[in-house]
Amino acid sequence: MRKAITGHKAVAEAMRQIEPDVVAVYPITPQSEIAEYYAEYVHNGLVRTELIPVESEHSALSACVGAAAAGGRVITATSSQGLALLVEVLYIAAGLRLPIVMALANRALSAPINIHCDHSDAYLARDSGAIQIFAESAQEAYDYMLMAQRIAEDMRVRLPVVVNLDGFTLTHTVQPVDLLDDAVAKAFVGEYKPYAPLLDVEHPVTWGAFAMTDYYFELKRAQQAGMEAAPAVFLEVQREFAKIAGRPYAGFFEAYKLADAEYVLVVLGSTAGTAKVAVDTLRARGMRVGLLKPWLWRPFPAQEVAAALAHAKVVAVLDRALSFGTMGALFEDVAAALYPLEKRPILVNYIYGLGGRDTTVPDLIRVFEELPHVARTEWALRYIGLRE
Amino acid sequence: MPSIRVLAEREEKGVRFTSGHTLCAGCAEPMVVRTVLNAIEDPVVVATPTGCLEVATSRFPGTAWNVPWIHVAFENAAAVISGVEAAYKALKKKGLIDKRVRFVVFAGDGGTYDIGFQALSGALERGHDFLYVCLNNEAYMNTGVQRSSATPKCAAATTAPVGEVIPGKPQERKDLTEIVAAHGIPYVAQAAVSHLIDLANKVERAMKYEGPKFINVLTTCPLGWRTPRDSAIQQSKLAVETRYWPLYEVIEGRYKINYKPKERVPIEEWLKTQGRFRHLFRDPRGKELIAQIQAEVDRRWELLLKKEQCFGVGD
Repeated sequence: MRKAITGHKAVAEAMRQIEPDVVAVYPITPQSEIAEYYAEYVHNGLVRTELIPVESEHSALSACVGAAAAGGRVITATSSQGLALLVEVLYIAAGLRLPIVMALANRALSAPINIHCDHSDAYLARDSGAIQIFAESAQEAYDYMLMAQRIAEDMRVRLPVVVNLDGFTLTHTVQPVDLLDDAVAKAFVGEYKPYAPLLDVEHPVTWGAFAMTDYYFELKRAQQAGMEAAPAVFLEVQREFAKIAGRPYAGFFEAYKLADAEYVLVVLGSTAGTAKVAVDTLRARGMRVGLLKPWLWRPFPAQEVAAALAHAKVVAVLDRALSFGTMGALFEDVAAALYPLEKRPILVNYIYGLGGRDTTVPDLIRVFEELPHVARTEWALRYIGLRE
Repeated sequence: MPSIRVLAEREEKGVRFTSGHTLCAGCAEPMVVRTVLNAIEDPVVVATPTGCLEVATSRFPGTAWNVPWIHVAFENAAAVISGVEAAYKALKKKGLIDKRVRFVVFAGDGGTYDIGFQALSGALERGHDFLYVCLNNEAYMNTGVQRSSATPKCAAATTAPVGEVIPGKPQERKDLTEIVAAHGIPYVAQAAVSHLIDLANKVERAMKYEGPKFINVLTTCPLGWRTPRDSAIQQSKLAVETRYWPLYEVIEGRYKINYKPKERVPIEEWLKTQGRFRHLFRDPRGKELIAQIQAEVDRRWELLLKKEQCFGVGD
């Protein structure tokens, strides 16, 4: 069923269909409406979920960890400072191999305080051990919320999954979204099978043990195995979803007019939509340009990205956050991915859109037009739309 | 009310907290943990924040816990148990679990009075059905005896040392039991490791109430208090006799003092037995400081008597 809804509503609808056992969530702009919609569902009896209206994001994820270890299916959502507050527990959720799904309404981190979109919150959680997926649209946010549940819960993976959607740009704008029938969505997500739950009181387990020099290393290596299994599981789940939903998902990223492109942008999230218009505009003028938009950011599909970019002349990687003191995180991912190739495209890194600064089609056309003049890979940042 | 025999029989039937942990010789924590767990008949799930108990009982691949147990971080045990309890309710609604399961937190004073205070207050306000037991040893013992807001005035701690200018901790301890009572939860109590039957009775009474229950247990620490390893029980008993640590309950807002010492034992009788207060008996300022400590003990005791008088349960 096609509906005109916001990104918030799209995420909340996916959650309603999943109907987790526990939702623990704390309000923060621009995430709050997800919590508000879900509270309406609970208070109107549309779902049987236990809603925990916690007193902080730290407690939100802590309650999710408790509920997931107890044997429940759990979801939460946050943004920006909320992510910063709970990131301690996100590392723990990954270390405990708990399949918690979290929607992250991307928003700039303080200071200065700001409520608008950038990806500094997602980047803060980059090394947490959570799988991270980026959505371009409310449709993708809805779709990947459903897929995230399956990826997280797969016994080969058993890791938290963060579904990123750009704050305001996606969360607050009304867009057409195709929703699956409840029964179809529920059947796709399936019943949750907990592993060694606390509530199996006949078989007591110790969760969150203390591991020293003799075991810590091996346990973290085992966690890495879950991450290594994630790409194959991602593709399996995506293939099944594409089939039942009739959507054109195929792969770790969307390759838009990429096959013969000489000049390529790599960008996460909603700016990919803007980039597509820029690509179309320049293609009409005869310039061979294209776009690579990762859905899966962690684990980073390095080999596939390298193969898709190998033929390009110049690749501009756009990062919507500074990684102070070095290049953008996505740029470094792409640079590392390309390193093993004998013949590599030239790379350049643009920082854009911090604190919600608008990035327009003309901005991205200008970027494309600069690329033929980039003579060698630059280890220096360029900025889009910045007043110097 | 559970007698020693009943507690022992339950332990025989199924040990919930086993030996083989690495808590210090003379530590009072295992006595409190075993007494609390044996005073509950139903199956339990336990959450413990970071601290002595967690570190000493869960070193991978071993465990001292023969009940389901979880540790997540230092500041969030009350939030973690909120999630466990909520999942229990959800699975019960779905008919996936039929047993009655009880939820217990064992946390130190650092994880309760200080870093875990917000999560505790949130869980109390939301009304989750759980028992929170504070193993109050009055400082951050696990990390090396740093001061907490439960540390008594003048006690030496590694972050409140006895210096040339400042003699130990300058501030009074936070009255957390009263702060918890102010949340209006059904059951709040203070207990002490020297009075284990009183503790068991309190646990049994607490578990009759639906909602949050809180018991603040004075849990002596030979390492941090600098007392002999065989003195945990005497130390605790003296704390009760000097009225430093009154045994009392607040049941649905009604106060009951469980034990009123017949004679007023001066606080210095307790202070002088502990290394952490030794300076008070050597320093010329000591006399005045002891008088201040005594005045605060008296003030809190009088206040408690008045509360019992005004809002008592009656006999």
